[in-house]
Amino acid sequence: MNNRIDHKLYSKEDKPVKFSEDMLKRIGEIILHYPRERRRSVLLPLLHIAQQELGGYLSVDVMDYVASLLDIHPIEVYEVATFYSMFHLEPVGKYVIEVCRTGPCSICGSERIVDQLEKILGIKTGETTPDGLFTLKTVECLGSCGTAPVMQVNTVFYESLTSENIIQIIGDLKNQGNNKPLETKWVDLF
Amino acid sequence: MGRLVLTDKIGIKGIRDIEVYRAHGGYSSLVKAIKEMTPADVNREVTKSGLRGRGGAGFPTGLKWSFLDRKSDKPRYLVCNADESEPGTFKDRYLMEHLPHLLIEGLIISSFALGVRNCYIYIRGEFRYIMKILQQAIHEAYQQKFLGENILGSGYSLDIFLHPGGGAYICGEETAMLESLEGKRGNPRIKPPFPAYKGLYDCPTVVNNVETLATVVPIIEMGGDAYAEIGKGKSTGTKLISACGNINKPGVYEIELGLPVEDFIYSEEYCGGIRNGKRLKAVVPGGSSVPVLPAELILHTLKGEQRLMTYESLAEGGFDSGTMLGSGGFIVYDEDACMVRNTWNFTRFYRHESCGQCSPCREGTAWMEPVLWRIEHGKGKYSDIDLLVSIADKIEGNTICPFGDAAAWPVSSAIRHFRPEFEFHIEHPEIVRNIYHGSLVNYPVSGIQYR
Repeated sequence: MNNRIDHKLYSKEDKPVKFSEDMLKRIGEIILHYPRERRRSVLLPLLHIAQQELGGYLSVDVMDYVASLLDIHPIEVYEVATFYSMFHLEPVGKYVIEVCRTGPCSICGSERIVDQLEKILGIKTGETTPDGLFTLKTVECLGSCGTAPVMQVNTVFYESLTSENIIQIIGDLKNQGNNKPLETKWVDLF
Repeated sequence: MGRLVLTDKIGIKGIRDIEVYRAHGGYSSLVKAIKEMTPADVNREVTKSGLRGRGGAGFPTGLKWSFLDRKSDKPRYLVCNADESEPGTFKDRYLMEHLPHLLIEGLIISSFALGVRNCYIYIRGEFRYIMKILQQAIHEAYQQKFLGENILGSGYSLDIFLHPGGGAYICGEETAMLESLEGKRGNPRIKPPFPAYKGLYDCPTVVNNVETLATVVPIIEMGGDAYAEIGKGKSTGTKLISACGNINKPGVYEIELGLPVEDFIYSEEYCGGIRNGKRLKAVVPGGSSVPVLPAELILHTLKGEQRLMTYESLAEGGFDSGTMLGSGGFIVYDEDACMVRNTWNFTRFYRHESCGQCSPCREGTAWMEPVLWRIEHGKGKYSDIDLLVSIADKIEGNTICPFGDAAAWPVSSAIRHFRPEFEFHIEHPEIVRNIYHGSLVNYPVSGIQYR
């Protein structure tokens, strides 16, 4: 993907990363969805789980750990993690706001929503607020064109955005502050 | 109101629950297929129905199923394509969200017909809340013995697993999807061999769209012949159309194929006309990849016939004056939409989503996007227009998968039908630079007709 090739891989920090025993047991069950000799198939589900459980982004340490769990080379994890846009390779804010920028959302005003979010949050697209609460990104089509413009916050959809309700949404997220948002656990979805 | 065969139960309260679904006739097609029919019978009904793939290509489903290598001693797989990511398309999401059991029932009948033991639903990762709905439906189906070992005492066994994508449009292409499912980058494979022979894990595999597989349920219920009587000509049955853009009533509508496009756009039953009393400028009727048509050509063919919502009628006139039904992602543009800006936007999408394997697509989209950007921002040259046409021509047909064509068509069709607007941008940089995300409706762009 063209505008992703200059992604730098952060150097290894050698921080210990590890799933809990319960989590490992559950992952062991998910692996059984695939043939024994093809267990690498579980890589995408496993990266989703790892991103959510092990720090919010895929650090080199996390990717190396995932590689060791599947007994594959680290590069086989890096090449996959860099291909898919849902994986963050750098630290992100607690709430990752991703606004759809593609055609149908665009003609229904998503560009204005992005401009407004940049103003409200005081950051540019791609940046994280200094308090570490919000990261603002744009993404391609989220498959919700009938309720455009649309954004997702940590893959929770917010639809039919307007310049009014966007203020409310950000306000509510701010008030939740550091409370853990109600989110579906990836590991519970298989 | 057109006939509803797919979404007739959608308004029933609690229909996501298996008991409610069954109380309204749900899973009766499955019981019929497993108890009264052989796999060959099911295949025959699907072939007779004339059902065509609802993901975008419109390939006859019965024929696709007939290609499956049944002589191989390897396991066979069915992969349900729920990676819905074609801009303008949100019909599968609607179906899965509201009628999850219809999809599960369709998957079981189709797997039975194909002799599949393990079936995967590859769903785009962003649809996490829909995974939760499907997971619940799968769980309920296991409880009622519609899934698992020895389904309804027939000796047939099936497991269905959910597999999330990671945010990559290209994984909707069937061989990229198989690569992704195997835990790799979503790079499409060179065909042949086709998935019917060497698909998932090098085993015989069928990949079908959500809507296609769900449609198997009413086909078994009413019989292939009865289904084929709905619709028009070779466009049999009904189709979900997801309508969006500048219309009064965006949403998902089940239509009988053959409905006039004009009725779809203007009738209160469907889109309800153009929003804010504006005029119609253009339509992309089948997801961002299909050619855009100006108002007059989407309503009537060049011969002056009424344009219909069928595979054939929308394609009438070839790419000179026609388009495609595609995935049914129906995007409507009003008079304020800037076709240059829209083309730039779509090309940015394709540039971002190109997997990077084939040079024409990787390099071509990365050239077209900045050229379109500079035209849109008042920095273009006359020669840029022909440059774009030339790049698009060089991408089309020269890539492993249809993504290259999909990236080229929006550009070449926009220039074919809206060239004066591109020229206006080049001739009047001072105007286009000062319009905020702008409309050109009040400027004298010659040759653009509104309806």
